[in-house]
Amino acid sequence: MSRTLCAVILVLIVLHQDNWYWNDGRLVFGFIPIGLFYHACLSIAAAVVWWWATKYCWPTDSYLAAEEESR
Amino acid sequence: MTQLWIILGYLALLLILGLFASRFFRGTSSDYMVASHTIGPFLLLMSIFGTTMTAFALVGSSGEAYEEGIGVYGMLASSSGIIHSLCFFVLGIKLWGFGKRYGYRTQIQFFRERLESSGIGLLLFPILVGLVIPYLLIGVISSGVVIQNMTAGAFPKLFATESPATSGGIPTQWGSLLICLVVLIYVFLGGMRGTAWANAFQTMVFMLLGIVTFGVIANKLGGQASLWENLRVLGEAIPAEKATRTDMSKMKFFSYLLVPLSVGMFPHLFQHWLTAKSAKSFKLPVIAHPVFIMIVWVPCVLIGVWATSELVTIPPALRSRPNAILPFLVNSQAGPVLGGFLTAGILAAIMSSLDSQFLCLGTMFTHDIMGHYFDHEATDRRELALARGFIVIIVVITYLLSLLKPPSVFALGVWTFSGFSALTPLAFAALYWKRLTKWGAYASVLAAAASWGYFFSDAVGKAVQAGNPEPIRTYSLEVTLGGETYEVMSVAAIFLASVIAMVLVSLVTKPPGEETLKKFFS
Repeated sequence: MSRTLCAVILVLIVLHQDNWYWNDGRLVFGFIPIGLFYHACLSIAAAVVWWWATKYCWPTDSYLAAEEESR
Repeated sequence: MTQLWIILGYLALLLILGLFASRFFRGTSSDYMVASHTIGPFLLLMSIFGTTMTAFALVGSSGEAYEEGIGVYGMLASSSGIIHSLCFFVLGIKLWGFGKRYGYRTQIQFFRERLESSGIGLLLFPILVGLVIPYLLIGVISSGVVIQNMTAGAFPKLFATESPATSGGIPTQWGSLLICLVVLIYVFLGGMRGTAWANAFQTMVFMLLGIVTFGVIANKLGGQASLWENLRVLGEAIPAEKATRTDMSKMKFFSYLLVPLSVGMFPHLFQHWLTAKSAKSFKLPVIAHPVFIMIVWVPCVLIGVWATSELVTIPPALRSRPNAILPFLVNSQAGPVLGGFLTAGILAAIMSSLDSQFLCLGTMFTHDIMGHYFDHEATDRRELALARGFIVIIVVITYLLSLLKPPSVFALGVWTFSGFSALTPLAFAALYWKRLTKWGAYASVLAAAASWGYFFSDAVGKAVQAGNPEPIRTYSLEVTLGGETYEVMSVAAIFLASVIAMVLVSLVTKPPGEETLKKFFS
């Protein structure tokens, strides 16, 4: 796993601990509490990170390549 | 009665799917256990998602939100979106490669060869099976309870009970039996391919029904002309303490991040990873899993917090049973047809986990015990017969255990996840750390088991003292740092014990041989 990916995952984990919205009850779009909206956005951010990881940090182990070729 | 017909119709559809899948069965044990490594990205995504999401994703999420507020999404769902995909990416792809190259069907086969130790299998086997069984029991018992609640009133004279919420409903033991039989039939006939197809179908069912239920309930509760207006009215009615995390411990929230690591050691998920057609098949599951979690969880969490508002009247008898909130709202707001479909959706979520667990336990008994110790020269035909035989035995045993109705089995949920989480560092180390030794692995497993046992017995003691199983479910540790006391999940201590033991013992014992290192790290 690349160092960049480790760092990005660490950032996601830090962002997950959103102490800044802990006691904030504002509604986003008039119906969704901001704490819930933030974490829903974090789920989308996680998907984007994983898309990036599958594109740029795909494992390069030789045995995986061999298994792909043997198909 | 409408609900019952919809449930029966859904189960019949599932059986037809199982029979159809069996027509593609190639007759080999590899096809039965890992679908001959032919599952592509879409089926892999749906089957993995269906396996990791249980009925808790629908019923438990709304119930927990009713009790704890919106914080449950961050604690249980967005954390899983990050950590589950991490495990698929970091563990799943590599293990798929080794599984395909060396013919593994179970985790224990991999650990035995990587750690040059037959004994590690003997240590891991009872622990893995022991952790899967409560998980299975929760599914089997829940299915009976759901069917009874949702068919209440269908047979008022035949199945009368004292509670009006269940009177006239199909008795729990019959509902559980029906679900066990349906799952057994399609797993027995279709093996892993049938399981993957059924999981994909069931995942689509429970995702779609979750969204429909959300829209219908919002429109009924809000009482306004449009869905948008209804959402605004309901949003504004959420009590402040449920719209924030005022009552939630920050450290507990943080330490909960370790719980989703459990997927790294789920034996049934390992088997699903092995079904992939290629390493590239993992891309879609890795990317889409967090979004799928969001699609299922956000509507359920909102329904749970709406139920705490003044716009909704929850009967006093249900206030202490949060898992009954969603079925109650569906029954009272959406009528019997949607009620029937939602029941099918909940059963879909339950069965999409049960099938994989039954199949993986059958595979483990066949390979890790029979094949390894007694039946080295088993033919493919015999292996297949053994696996099917074991699956039947496991289903029968699980059903019989469910009849005992163990009172605290639901409280065990987080404990089984904690156990698997504490074993996940071993999987990481086995793939990425050459210096991991068999003694380090033994130390890690034993430290996890001992610390898990210590905390669990403490929780049981508190439950006995309190006279109810609640302390088992809510157990946490209090850590004092710099004069402040923090609430931490016990999984943090168990995980730490497992990692420290593994690293220290590995460093002072003989490293693995050259051949092994070449096999797994070249």
